[in-house]
Amino acid sequence: MSPPTTPSRLSHARDLSRPGFYVKLVLVMLVNAMGVYGIMACIPLEEWGVLAFLVVTLLVVDYVYFSNRAIPAKYLVPGLIFLAVFQIYVMVNTAYVAFTNYGDGHNDNKSAAITQIMKTSDRRVDGTPTYPLTVLDRDGRIAFAIVQDGEAKVGDAETPLAPADGATVEGEKVTEVEGAEVLNLGQIQQRQKEVLDLRVSMTDDPADGWLRTDNGTMAYVAKSTLTYDEAADTFTTADGKVFKADPSRGLFVAEDGSTLSPGWRVNVGFDNFTQMFSDSRLAGPFVKSLVWSFAFAILSVLTTFAMGMLLAVVFNDPRVKGRVLYRALFILPYAFPAFLAALVWRGLLNREFGFINQVLLGGADINWLGDGNLAKLSILLVNLWLGFPYMFLVCTGALQSIPGELTEAGIMDGAGPLRRFGSITLPLLLVSVAPLLISSFAFNFNNFSLIFMLTGGGPNYPGAPYPLGETDILISMVYAIAFEGGERQYGLASAMSILIFVVVGLISWLGFRQTRKLEEVL
Amino acid sequence: MATRIATGDNETRLRGARWWKEVGWKHIFAIAVIVFAIFPLLYVLSASFNPTGTLTGSTSLFSAFTMDHYIRLFGTDFPKWMLNSFIVSTTTAIGTVVMAAAAAYAFSRFRFKGRRGGLTALLIIQMFPQMLAFVAIFLLVTTLGEIFPVLGIGSNLALICVYLGGALGANTFLMYGFFNTIPKELDEAAKIDGATHAQIFWGIMMRLVTPILAVVGLLSFVGSYGEFILARLVLGRPENYTLAVGLYVWGSDERNAPWALFAAGAVIAAIPVILLFMYLQKYIVSGLTAGGVKG
Repeated sequence: MSPPTTPSRLSHARDLSRPGFYVKLVLVMLVNAMGVYGIMACIPLEEWGVLAFLVVTLLVVDYVYFSNRAIPAKYLVPGLIFLAVFQIYVMVNTAYVAFTNYGDGHNDNKSAAITQIMKTSDRRVDGTPTYPLTVLDRDGRIAFAIVQDGEAKVGDAETPLAPADGATVEGEKVTEVEGAEVLNLGQIQQRQKEVLDLRVSMTDDPADGWLRTDNGTMAYVAKSTLTYDEAADTFTTADGKVFKADPSRGLFVAEDGSTLSPGWRVNVGFDNFTQMFSDSRLAGPFVKSLVWSFAFAILSVLTTFAMGMLLAVVFNDPRVKGRVLYRALFILPYAFPAFLAALVWRGLLNREFGFINQVLLGGADINWLGDGNLAKLSILLVNLWLGFPYMFLVCTGALQSIPGELTEAGIMDGAGPLRRFGSITLPLLLVSVAPLLISSFAFNFNNFSLIFMLTGGGPNYPGAPYPLGETDILISMVYAIAFEGGERQYGLASAMSILIFVVVGLISWLGFRQTRKLEEVL
Repeated sequence: MATRIATGDNETRLRGARWWKEVGWKHIFAIAVIVFAIFPLLYVLSASFNPTGTLTGSTSLFSAFTMDHYIRLFGTDFPKWMLNSFIVSTTTAIGTVVMAAAAAYAFSRFRFKGRRGGLTALLIIQMFPQMLAFVAIFLLVTTLGEIFPVLGIGSNLALICVYLGGALGANTFLMYGFFNTIPKELDEAAKIDGATHAQIFWGIMMRLVTPILAVVGLLSFVGSYGEFILARLVLGRPENYTLAVGLYVWGSDERNAPWALFAAGAVIAAIPVILLFMYLQKYIVSGLTAGGVKG
């Protein structure tokens, strides 16, 4: 291609004479390379959704950056891609997961669950040969290699045994496989659990059984003690007990109510939402933490605002010398990273060794973080420490915008300082800071790090199935249910997230409406 | 009772009881507030210099002095956390600034179909904190890790991508308003001179809006520097931790805790943020109060 002679008429999107074009070319090539890599990686994993997304994204990117029709899109696409994946998609997926039983015991689809059930109820098949075993590490995953019918075969948890090209066989044992590391006995010992738990399918059909090992040196063939009947969709044990698939629960259930583990992921409708209120072990803590979330957020806003405003009003007095220094010191807590502050306060409030009990209270034994009510008080106190400087700054700023004439008029009319504050300063202040109070409420409603770092939600309710405590706000409750309990319950946790979304969305919407109203006024 | 309006130098000097009643007590009040505000900070500073190194021994402020804990920090994962935090926060800040500025430029300068709708949609999406979807983010990163191993659990890059997911939204709005204040005649003149939209964006706009870029970048830096929940979920192993996750592990373990190490780490970790904050203070203050006044 020859450089264009009339640049002004040629689309700059394809203008080869500009260095910017090559920068763009390289960047788009990188994106394409990554996308194609991803598309190829999706195929064996059967991630069709991701694959479709990648194909569409690549087409859009290439079109946008090489045509001259979509100039605004050139500036929007990078941000929109991240927004689409890491905000919109995760929001939609949260909504989807909320209606499923996704979580420990229901992690995968049905066929994976069937294979898993068979593999966990297996035993050695009598009369099958044993194979000298070679344990391999393929990119961090354990794989088995054996010699079967004179041919070296390799397989791992996901891929059944398959002939391995480029493997070296000595006698009956594989000694080397291309692209994999042969583990010696010491290494096998170190990863014992992985090796003993690994079951490598002989073929694609689970009925053919799988390779297992008890010692890392010899492998045998094992088969399930359960037989799966595809037509009836049932499992039958050796002694004749029948487990029938229950598509509404995603479990194989026997008549006596016992189930096989794991189950699979199914849509459970509104179960997760009703569980919050109907499950007696959950409903109590849920309602308590709902109330506490509101109490915490409202009280946090009120206390920080009250203190910030008080300081702002008191020090809005030019007769006080050293105000600049005072102000700089007042706002230090705001500059200190909040996550560190919460941890420092945790140390300060420690019952046995904390500075507050030991020094300030002369060796008192006050269980600041271990007693429900005191822990709540401590949280509010720490949040007051963290939050008042912000309110101080905001109020100081807002005070400057209140015209002095109004105060003068108040004095003329004979209003005292309190009356002037209540009737003039406060209402005007509230008009300008109300939206900030609402966003402060929304922020505190989800102030996970403070709660998690200061009390961890504790003191915990005894005997609850989830590690929930008296100071858990909704979001830390979601975290506990999703990640800290014995079982991870993504479905239930997502349903609770949705509830918080609704609350926060409602509050923000109110705030937004408020802002609009004020804009019309001002 | 004649109360004077504060008018600075025109004020006649107050003396004695009158001074105490109107001004003096404010100094006492200020000192009390300052004690409340800075004693936790003094405490952590003191604990970081205290040779005992445990929570028990940290109760007498500045009773002894040693630099040991700061030196010992370098034998731990702390330098890695610090580096991770800087990589994650800096990349996030740069990415946020570039993407949000580009979007703001598009919304401010081009008239295209769906522009108003796009702005409104951004405003609505921004109301839903990304952090609330942390379960889905965890699941997404787990899946992504199978396709792109560099984006899996334990990867700082994955965390950066998650943070960049929130790059548009509030930042675009902030910048959009600012971009609108730059006269359009400037780009029109440049266009007549043959400048492309890319040249206008990088050469003219980005230079004129530098103050807002700096503010957004620094706020984004501070935000991701202190972000905890997503970092904790996405980062798997201690060597990948950011400061927030790493120091949490130290600080939350009270008994056998490396409390002095935590204190020393906290002091070091806080310094960049405090410096940035001081540098930024006038922008933050004017930003907050402007927001407050405008509503």
